[in-house]
Amino acid sequence: MLQKDILVIGAGPAGLAASIEAGKSGAKVLLVDLNMQPGGQLFKQIHKFFGSSAHHSGMRGFQIGTQLLEEAREAHVEIWMQSTVIGIFPGKKIGIEREAADGSKELLTIQARKIILATGASENAIRFQGWTAPGVMGAGAAQTMINVNHVLPGKKVVMLGSGNVGLIVSYQLMQAGCDVAALIEAAPKIGGYAVHAAKIRRAGVPIYIKHTITKALLDTDGCLRGCIIAQVDEHFHPVPGTEKEIACDTITLAAGLRPVTDLAKLAGCRLTYNGAFGGWLPLHNKKMETSETGIFTAGDSTGVEEANTALEEGKLAGISAAEELGLLSCEIANTQREEIWARLHSLRLGPFGERRMLEKEHILAEYASKIGISVLSE
Amino acid sequence: MSFIQTGSLDYTELASLQTLPTEERFAKGPVAILECVQEIPCNPCEASCQFGAIQIGEPITNLPSLLSERCVGCGVCVSRCPGLAIVIVNKIYSKTTATVAFPYEYYPVPETGDIREAVNRKGEVLCRGRIIKVSNPASYDHTPVVTIEIPKKFADEVRSIKRILV
Repeated sequence: MLQKDILVIGAGPAGLAASIEAGKSGAKVLLVDLNMQPGGQLFKQIHKFFGSSAHHSGMRGFQIGTQLLEEAREAHVEIWMQSTVIGIFPGKKIGIEREAADGSKELLTIQARKIILATGASENAIRFQGWTAPGVMGAGAAQTMINVNHVLPGKKVVMLGSGNVGLIVSYQLMQAGCDVAALIEAAPKIGGYAVHAAKIRRAGVPIYIKHTITKALLDTDGCLRGCIIAQVDEHFHPVPGTEKEIACDTITLAAGLRPVTDLAKLAGCRLTYNGAFGGWLPLHNKKMETSETGIFTAGDSTGVEEANTALEEGKLAGISAAEELGLLSCEIANTQREEIWARLHSLRLGPFGERRMLEKEHILAEYASKIGISVLSE
Repeated sequence: MSFIQTGSLDYTELASLQTLPTEERFAKGPVAILECVQEIPCNPCEASCQFGAIQIGEPITNLPSLLSERCVGCGVCVSRCPGLAIVIVNKIYSKTTATVAFPYEYYPVPETGDIREAVNRKGEVLCRGRIIKVSNPASYDHTPVVTIEIPKKFADEVRSIKRILV
């Protein structure tokens, strides 16, 4: 059985940041991911990031991804792609199905001393008549098509959802050459940043708040030719008589994300429900340790936020795992964690962040009351 | 309806949420307009200005404020703002025309001399204008800053050009 100090699952910003921090301290780190390329969602983010200079602000997502991969190489992080974790067994034994370049698969078991779960989030679906037709897809899928695979999903798109994902992907679809016919939002206000909304409004995209898609319209050949939108009441039910038809060949859904917690459940980590963070997530403390000793978590799998917070949480998890392995002194680890928490605090300020700031406190308090202060905690 | 419902600011709402240059300052030449009205964690514009004309400070969610007497209208901040929320307006370009410099991240990139349809914050065509400058150095990292000359009366409204579908 292969022995590793730390197994990190998920090579997005959180997993990469955790691996780099742990690798820098001398830990033997294996980072596994089921996708073909590392970087998670970073390589489809072609826009300049918000944040401060400490948070790569002004850099485009794919540039941050390239920089992280370079740092991971320097920190001697071993990366396995197309490697799916299929089981976490008692004693931190992890079953991995690894695919070779020729498509053959082998099953491996790793004995890890610490595990970091950075499994990210998955998109929520919205169901309406015709939603399974070809041409209806997640906004993330459309973004992968245009920015990673350089293929247009269609020519004329209707976007559902006005959070930052819906707004940014609408903009990027136009940059790629699509027309965005409309953006539909059920809530009475736009969910994402006004500056992102302003970009697509300047491009002439109409935004319909208090509306939803009730039906996808299909041609006889089954291809999408449009959709019906309707106003919704305060209970989000369509109001009869307000229907309107919009021509389109693609519908993209940006209805939020939820943390991916399958492996946390498999490992026995205690979960909690938190609406502000997208749903069920593993309880964790300020070291990002779960209810299971030696199993850490970071990034969107601990609650959906964005790449900058994922990077910071990844660093916390990497530092804490290295500390528990005896590779970092308690003093150094504490100092570094305090600096990171201060930066996380700054990212959760303002009207868009304050609810997450408050809810994070609740999660930490719930951890303390239900699981207690771990032996190595402050 | 507010920008939270519509997605686009109107000038009165912008003026109520951001400090805009005074008419005296506009009379002196090109100056930045910060169309950033929400407290989001973002501050690259502050560091981008070598004249110290944009201030955010701590916390990072503070709205940026423009010290318009320090602003020279150079346009570097236009390319650095991740929200594409800054324009440079010159209300004294000529007797009858003004210029607006705005970020434009679509293909085809306009060329100097092009006549293009100028649009407002809602994408509505207000007038035609002549592209007088396109700045796209490596330091702008693929955010070209395009300057268009338009009739003076549209200086507070024109914010981009109509996209050409290729």
